[in-house]
Amino acid sequence: MSKDVFVFVEQRDGVISKVGIELIGEATRLAAKLNEKVVAVLLGSDIKSKANMCIEYGADKVVVVDAPQLAEYLTDPYARAIETVIKKYDPEIFIYGATSIGRDLAPRVSARVHTGLTADCTGLDIQPDPKAADPAAAQLLLYMTRPAFGGNIMATIICRDYRPQMATVRPGVMQALEKDASRKGAIEEVKVEFKPEDARVKIRQVLKEEKKTVDITEAKVLVSGGRGIGGPKGFDMLKDCAAVFGGEISSSRACVDAGWIEKSRQVGQTGKTVRPDLYLACGISGAIQHLAGMEQSNFIVAINKNDTAPIFDVADVGIVGDLKVIVPKLTEAIKKVKAAKEAKED
Amino acid sequence: MKIVVCVKQVPDTTEVKLDPKTNTLIRDGVPSIINPDDKAGIEAALELKERLNDGSTVTIVSMGPPQADVALREALAMGADEAYLLSDRKFGGSDTYATSTIVAAGVAKIGYDIVITGRQAIDGDTAQVGPQIAEHLGIPQVSYAEDIQIEGKTVVVKRKYEDREHVLELPIPCLITALAELASPRYMSVRGVMDAYRVKQVKILTFEDLKDMFNPDYIGLQGSPTNVFKSFPKQAKGKGEYYPDLSADEAVNTIVAKLEEKHII
Repeated sequence: MSKDVFVFVEQRDGVISKVGIELIGEATRLAAKLNEKVVAVLLGSDIKSKANMCIEYGADKVVVVDAPQLAEYLTDPYARAIETVIKKYDPEIFIYGATSIGRDLAPRVSARVHTGLTADCTGLDIQPDPKAADPAAAQLLLYMTRPAFGGNIMATIICRDYRPQMATVRPGVMQALEKDASRKGAIEEVKVEFKPEDARVKIRQVLKEEKKTVDITEAKVLVSGGRGIGGPKGFDMLKDCAAVFGGEISSSRACVDAGWIEKSRQVGQTGKTVRPDLYLACGISGAIQHLAGMEQSNFIVAINKNDTAPIFDVADVGIVGDLKVIVPKLTEAIKKVKAAKEAKED
Repeated sequence: MKIVVCVKQVPDTTEVKLDPKTNTLIRDGVPSIINPDDKAGIEAALELKERLNDGSTVTIVSMGPPQADVALREALAMGADEAYLLSDRKFGGSDTYATSTIVAAGVAKIGYDIVITGRQAIDGDTAQVGPQIAEHLGIPQVSYAEDIQIEGKTVVVKRKYEDREHVLELPIPCLITALAELASPRYMSVRGVMDAYRVKQVKILTFEDLKDMFNPDYIGLQGSPTNVFKSFPKQAKGKGEYYPDLSADEAVNTIVAKLEEKHII
């Protein structure tokens, strides 16, 4: 019988990914509904020492595969390791972050072990099989919800007959648990028998980004620019505004495609999903693909010259106006408010 | 070298709108296009063919209904040498596992050295079919390719991650999934369009043509491990407060007041 909720915990250079921790958190909620356990799966080289972090964030057990072939991500050795883990443990569910690694690894594994995979999920739940004759005795299934058709609608997918039920999940969507250093759990090491064909692809060079790319998904405030800011210099004005909020700048796809700003700042269907406390949308029209990346923001303020821009359909506060005038004034106003608050606290 | 490019005809989802009365998609009148990532793959293949200049060919393969013929003709008009449409009622309703099973069978039947697919389609958005085809064919894959070079019998690919790039070497045969950034697709020439319809062919492969290449239990709706339980419109967040007529100063005061009210500042 398949059991337990497995989480692929991604790491790069020995640093455990935020999405891995988020998924462990989500897995605890799913496992509770199934009355089963959460198993984190950690692959890498010299990685054993990081396993305990998975337990501190909610895993009941960590399965570690520690091998030199896994130092840097490559599809074949990673797929072999996951295949070995799946065949050994027969998981009920196996979830991965929908990163450029997860979206390469999970489909390869799904074809190898012949099971269903749902991509880019924004919601997971455990519900009884809708086709069960007797709902009370129904098998409990993983309901995987995701945007479809370019983000225009939502779809809920199920995988009734194949195991594990697999899904890749968008980073920044699920909630991690609070770290608990006193939590205890088991750590098991699995040895994988790599085959000659697992070494077909060789890394000639690893080119790391020179500057540390900002992770906009970590920002509490995002001041975001769209086509309406008029050009790359428009982001200077947004940077000043972001600075007074202690936040970051981000962008719609249009500005990235136009070369005004780097892709790591892109919010949307093919960019990042963000949920900041405040999303200030400046000159962004609000195309469906953009909304998919930010509509879960806690508070949305939109400034746009076009009074019919669809962004106003999701903004908590919508201002029709000229952002080139409003944003600098807003920056000054926030500076004053913050200065006044600090003065009071002295 | 036989370069096979897998292509999907998709509705242009950037043009799709929601009917405000029924909250369902308006699909009528939405143009059908070659999926953008796949089009970049076609261009990359054509550029490789031109650079190799040794009689290498570009073959397009697509799984779809009969109307996907138009997309294949467009690829032929861009300069591809031949095209195959895998089309059969039995293929309908396939999820990514079933689709990749069928496409891999078609590609295997046709023969290949390098397979290029797009990273993801703009309707399904899964990015799963390319890697699954590679697994079914038993060949190495590299996804998120930004650059492809051929050095003798080795393919050298620049692979993009969020925080780094890998320069990878892999043997032939192999599969590569293309980002739209990989290549800027060329326009069709008038001559190209004429050749696409008058000289070149779109060959149709049906279930009968491929059934010895796959297990028929693993295709179509019945053979799909996943299925859609339901689809529904997104929860509209709901329009908040809307101020079309404020001066800049009034607008700033309104925003600041709201942010203070919500304890965001």
